[in-house]
Amino acid sequence: MSLTSKQKATVKDFFSKMSTRSDDIGAEALSRLVAVYPQTKSYFSHWKDASPGSAPVRKHGITIMGGVYDAVGKIDDLKGGLLSLSELHAFMLRVDPVNFKLLAHCMLVCMSMIFPEEFTPQVHVAVDKFLAQLALALAEKYR
Amino acid sequence: MVEWTAAERRHVEAVWSKIDIDVCGPLALQRCLIVYPWTQRYFGSFGDLSTDAAIVGNPKVAAHGVVALTGLRTALDHMDEIKSTYAALSVLHSEKLHVDPDNFRLLCECLTIVVAGKMGKKMSPEMQAAWQKYLCAVVSALGRQYH
Repeated sequence: MSLTSKQKATVKDFFSKMSTRSDDIGAEALSRLVAVYPQTKSYFSHWKDASPGSAPVRKHGITIMGGVYDAVGKIDDLKGGLLSLSELHAFMLRVDPVNFKLLAHCMLVCMSMIFPEEFTPQVHVAVDKFLAQLALALAEKYR
Repeated sequence: MVEWTAAERRHVEAVWSKIDIDVCGPLALQRCLIVYPWTQRYFGSFGDLSTDAAIVGNPKVAAHGVVALTGLRTALDHMDEIKSTYAALSVLHSEKLHVDPDNFRLLCECLTIVVAGKMGKKMSPEMQAAWQKYLCAVVSALGRQYH
């Protein structure tokens, strides 16, 4: 399910529209991940407070969203472009890849919330595919 | 049986109060057919689904979106007996309609995104959690009679 060139353009266009709110979307998405899927808090046991809306959760959500934006710029070669991030996730963080899908869902919900008019079914399918490809690239070095 | 806190029940009711079934039902099913095109396999008799515009303009899709969302709402009045409430519908989807139960999850994902678009930030993280727990319970009940 790789992206067509039209879908790549759709992703770049939507992310560009989103850029003024990207921090908010990142922070909200991670807050929702830990609220809707509480088992994901297991990765943040070293934080004082891993509850939705807490400072460390919001800050980390912004960091993750920064990584996603970086990946948009590497959309023509996600595997190559995300090699070192994949190594980080595989050998150091060891986040179970099932969680990438859960976070992607929360990101889509936030995008729909904050850009209801722009998040059409066409944008939805393109971004969903992109996030799935991103997750695959992140999991590349796992085994 | 699924355990609900008072807060969760309130959250689920609050979300349903914001849903116009005649609007959200069609939107959710259209989105599902567009975002997950393999789901179109169950709607061969619905006529033209060949383009996104055809799907959005298709009156049978819209009508069925209302049917599906009405069915999803049934659990709201039976939150302590969701499994038994959907037993017959589960048999129907398995024995007559032959729907892969994973499709229930896909439709519910699209529904959540449509509802999020309508509610904006009024759907708090806790509200989203309760709403998704509700949909999960219904999806599970609908898949229960498959064998």
